[in-house]
Amino acid sequence: MKQTAGQHPNRRPYSAAVPGEAAALRPPSFLFWSAVHVLCCLVSAALGFRFSRLLFLLLFSPASHHHNHHHHVHLVRQPPAAVIPFPPPPPPAVAGRVGVGRHGIRVRPWPRPDPAEVARAHEILVRLQKEQRLRYGVKDPRPVVVVTPTYARTFQALHLTGLLHSLMLVPYPLTWLVVEAGGVSNETAALLAHSSLPVVHLPFHEDMPVLWNDRHRFEARMRLRALRVIRERRLDGIVVFADDSNVHTMELFDEIQKVQWMGALSVGILAHSAAPDATAKRQQRASEQETSPLPIQGPACNSSGQLIGWHTFNYLPYAKKAATFVGDGVTVLPTKLEWAGFVLNSRLLWKEAEGKPNWARDLDEVGISGEEIESPLDLLKDASFVEPLGNCGKKVLLWWLRAEARYDSKFPSRWVIDPPLEIVVPAKRTPWPDAPPDLPYQRIANEGGHVEKHVSKKVRSYRSKRSSRNKKKHETHVDTQVSEMSSAQEK
Amino acid sequence: MGSGTWILALVVLQSVFDGIYGLEQEVNRRTERISGSAGDVLEDDPVGRLKVFVYELPSKYNKKILHKDPRCLNHMFAAEIYMHRFLLSSPVRTLNPEEADWFYAPVYTTCDLTPSGLPLPFKSPRMMRSAIELISTNWPYWNRTEGADHFFVVPHDFGACFHYQEETAIERGILQLLKRATLVQTFGQRNHVCLKDGSITIPPYAPPQKMQTHLIPPDTPRSIFVYFRGLFYDVGNDPEGGYYARGARASVWENFKNNPLFDISTDHPTTYYEDMQRAVFCLCPLGWAPWSPRLVEAVVFGCIPVVIADDIVLPFADAIPWEEIGVFVAEEDVPKLDTILTSIPIEVILRKQRLLANPSMKQAMLFPQPAQPGDAFHQILNGLARKLPHNEGVFLKPGQQILNWTAGPVGDLKPW
Repeated sequence: MKQTAGQHPNRRPYSAAVPGEAAALRPPSFLFWSAVHVLCCLVSAALGFRFSRLLFLLLFSPASHHHNHHHHVHLVRQPPAAVIPFPPPPPPAVAGRVGVGRHGIRVRPWPRPDPAEVARAHEILVRLQKEQRLRYGVKDPRPVVVVTPTYARTFQALHLTGLLHSLMLVPYPLTWLVVEAGGVSNETAALLAHSSLPVVHLPFHEDMPVLWNDRHRFEARMRLRALRVIRERRLDGIVVFADDSNVHTMELFDEIQKVQWMGALSVGILAHSAAPDATAKRQQRASEQETSPLPIQGPACNSSGQLIGWHTFNYLPYAKKAATFVGDGVTVLPTKLEWAGFVLNSRLLWKEAEGKPNWARDLDEVGISGEEIESPLDLLKDASFVEPLGNCGKKVLLWWLRAEARYDSKFPSRWVIDPPLEIVVPAKRTPWPDAPPDLPYQRIANEGGHVEKHVSKKVRSYRSKRSSRNKKKHETHVDTQVSEMSSAQEK
Repeated sequence: MGSGTWILALVVLQSVFDGIYGLEQEVNRRTERISGSAGDVLEDDPVGRLKVFVYELPSKYNKKILHKDPRCLNHMFAAEIYMHRFLLSSPVRTLNPEEADWFYAPVYTTCDLTPSGLPLPFKSPRMMRSAIELISTNWPYWNRTEGADHFFVVPHDFGACFHYQEETAIERGILQLLKRATLVQTFGQRNHVCLKDGSITIPPYAPPQKMQTHLIPPDTPRSIFVYFRGLFYDVGNDPEGGYYARGARASVWENFKNNPLFDISTDHPTTYYEDMQRAVFCLCPLGWAPWSPRLVEAVVFGCIPVVIADDIVLPFADAIPWEEIGVFVAEEDVPKLDTILTSIPIEVILRKQRLLANPSMKQAMLFPQPAQPGDAFHQILNGLARKLPHNEGVFLKPGQQILNWTAGPVGDLKPW
């Protein structure tokens, strides 16, 4: 018989080929048992299943449950194809209540999880994890102050809700400073109201620029505004620059508790192209073979763990494909050193704080008279005192990403379609039961479609269903743009 | 004036004691002292409490066998080899047999392996018998007690019954010649032929370095409720189930394979040790024998062992209060396992985790090389020391003979 005995430790070496010394010594019983065995084989072959199991269950089983459960056992186990060459073992006759021999497999009538028990198990897990964090986690955690520049646009709901949920999971007391370009808007306020976090919603009375270079600088000014508020209100804690489209891990918030005054983390840059054309793809593959798969910005250390420099973003592979304005459709590149990779102790910003180091500039002097603040290092006189975090930058704890729709793309206010749509256009492939044939606006849309036939119809019909009536002309313009791009892709 | 100084002294003393008490409280909050039925003995030092004489047997009983198959050093029966090595260089060893309290004969009975690595016990009784004949003829110490102050390490499935199949092992019983000796074995089950009174149960060997390299940070949250990896049906030897593990493992599978709280399967993941550190309960059901290295792994990784083996005797049962550390579930209660585990009060679970976090607990389950204080080697010696001084029945009167040298199966009497 085949042995699957290689894996499990507590298995038997042989079942069939044991040189049964005991058997050799008792020839008569051996003959008897082999006769019984032959008989059993013949009967089983006739019946098609191993009837002796049934016999032994009924006759020799020690437990009382079997009469109730043996039919369950039958349901549960298929009759085996092969018959074991050994005769079935004699019933147990050993002192003590635990006996050797064949026992039944006890299955309860409804082997499904009980939801109340599952809920209780989860409560137990929550309590145990809390205890674990108390025992092994950070001692004396400091509160966290999160600075986020944002503005109302199509993808704001996507990004801000993601960040909101991440921040709600942070186990430390948190204050969230949201600086909004264009003043306080209802969109943002509605999104922020979903959380139970203490939010400070700060208006910044200028509009977000469209060009990415300008935007980076603009965001830096917004963050500076938030830092000034921290300084005014003397907020205590560790300042984290969480941009709304970035992705943060929970370990990040545990790691930043180690910072003394200013820390630097490694940021993974998610800067892959959105829709590359064929030549660009080949170029990209070639360049990707040379560079590492994920570009990372962050501190660089020597072998003894001291900061010696910075890993910045390598612009060369993306030279021709950088996005210039929001919604460009190509890669958005970060600045040399992103704000997201730095954390500060808020006391560094205060006017007076005990132990405040002298290598930090006073915040009032920063940013006045047109000074450009590119990264938090501009807040310091001497950048060598920055502490590298995350195992000296080896652990990537957050990822930088910019993904935006076109700057003039529209979305329903608060993503609620209210009042309901007046005109509902059926999709071309949807079999609506009483669809009126060939309505006037369908004909218009079809005219635009005849230009490019390879384009996937689904995309176009989705676009033509767009609610906003004002944007009809603009939509066809958009359609052709999209169709051009996707046809280029297909080529 | 006098009363003032008295009050001051009292205040100072009070603050000192409070400080000490506070420290103790801090320690107690993290771990708890382990105190079994024999008392608080896990950290006892056996050095000075006993003397062990190690017989110099010819290498065919130990070194040659190991040389033939070095896999014996890594499997779960390796305790016999490491115990020998430990005793050779331990301070409890004495080269003068006259002052020895215990005698040890190093016979590697579990080192005859099949190609797949399983030990064959068929020659072990003859090997043991031959070794005993040798020591009884060359040294007078066996005959004066007929082995009552000798100990042997027999880590096989059913100890000194020397068989892997339980019925055959029960039929054979413990080797006649070892009837008076102390057996250090992994098998332990109450009211079983193969566990004699006065045996010392030890944990199976689990590689300490391998487990060390798989440690993950202790603040990783434990998110798996129940964890188990292993066979439920031994298809090669018991295809229908009901025989293997007395049907308990099959019962676990049939009842809980759809339960989201139970992470059980027959996989062999590379992250097995890491997963155990992320689990709250680890099932340790019986297999063909009631013991398994899962208990050691669960203890080392801080996962509460759920022992499903009726009447099992766990390692160092007199030194370690297993009832307070693990959860014991009767085999007939397996269908209700989820109810049992979710109804344990949270304080009890926290206490069990604190006891498991005690480093002396983990140390007692391991066989590190070189030996460290509090490890399983020392616990074995502690156990032997607790059996001292020998009572009067140990030393035989002149002319008295208790052992029957011709008893047992005829095949055992053949020379090895």
